[in-house]
Amino acid sequence: MELLDLYLALFVSFFKIGLFGFGGGYAMLPLIQHEIVDTHQWITINEFTDIVAISQTTPGPIAFNSATYIGYSAVTEMGFTSGYGILGSAISTLAVSLPSLILMTLVTAFFFRLKNNPWIQSALSILKPAIIGLIASAALILITPYNFIDYKSWIIFGVVLIASLKKIDPILLIFLSGVIGLVLY
Amino acid sequence: MKQYWEIFLVFFKIGAFTFGGGYAMIPLIRNEVVDKKGWLEDEEFMDMLAIAQSIPGPIALNTALFVGSKRLGFKGSLFSGAGVILPSFIVILLIALVFTQFKDNPVVERIFKGIRPAVVALIVSPLFSLGKSAGVKWKNLWIPIVVALAVWQLNISPMYIVLTAIFLGITHFIYLKKRVNK
Repeated sequence: MELLDLYLALFVSFFKIGLFGFGGGYAMLPLIQHEIVDTHQWITINEFTDIVAISQTTPGPIAFNSATYIGYSAVTEMGFTSGYGILGSAISTLAVSLPSLILMTLVTAFFFRLKNNPWIQSALSILKPAIIGLIASAALILITPYNFIDYKSWIIFGVVLIASLKKIDPILLIFLSGVIGLVLY
Repeated sequence: MKQYWEIFLVFFKIGAFTFGGGYAMIPLIRNEVVDKKGWLEDEEFMDMLAIAQSIPGPIALNTALFVGSKRLGFKGSLFSGAGVILPSFIVILLIALVFTQFKDNPVVERIFKGIRPAVVALIVSPLFSLGKSAGVKWKNLWIPIVVALAVWQLNISPMYIVLTAIFLGITHFIYLKKRVNK
């Protein structure tokens, strides 16, 4: 029964993440962090950083990537075999996608002209700048002693930030940072 | 049935090649859906993007669901949705199976020591351009600052931030409407 409870908790958490994940991508990170790291403690903030790193180098939205990874690791960490872990992955990934499926079906069924609807536009007027704040908080939350061990970490941060603003491919930057880590540490 | 698998394959391809997700994949989707397949007109694509960004969830998924549903109904959206989700599901599952064994390996640890600050830099870097397109100006700069501090320092759930922002936006609209009517 412990397993069923865990599956249910994963489903509810990732459904919430899908439902309140406005802005997609990095804007969803603080919500994922809040549910998964703070509330349920399925993973630590350190593991969370590594999942974000993996997400930045693999295809697909971060929300799917974290659902798939956490669904697996939360179940196997509790001592269940990897077969149950894979089911946990599937449940979490489905749960994070479900709100979009429901909302998109409604949107296309009624073909709301959301773009010009004044109610939707007014709801978005404060939500849009708030989403920028959510992305900023994702970065602030990840500035931890584990992620920034010394001054060299800050140099890597600065160089990657400038390179990324100059539109250099993020996957290449992650790869190079990994090589630098291997050389420096 | 052939049409369903076609839409599945197109979105499988999009799902497999959209690294990082989000805004990076919009040109790729446009190329497939508008230029190659002609499933949407250019203007429809722009409207669809506005909708995909107005509702919660990853933009890639919302786009896939919209195109699938518009072309082949609800069942079509199931195929396009599955297509866009599956590549990352398979890749991450393989990584989860392997990485959980290797994460304490000293070489992997050294690599990740270099990667972790880069991860944070990659989150910071789109803030400026996204801020501009979200209409952040000096006048409303306080909104993202208050939100970031509330989530970071006070540990407030982003769920409440989203609900509050929607509530305030609509309240402001009603207030303006009443004032105009008077």
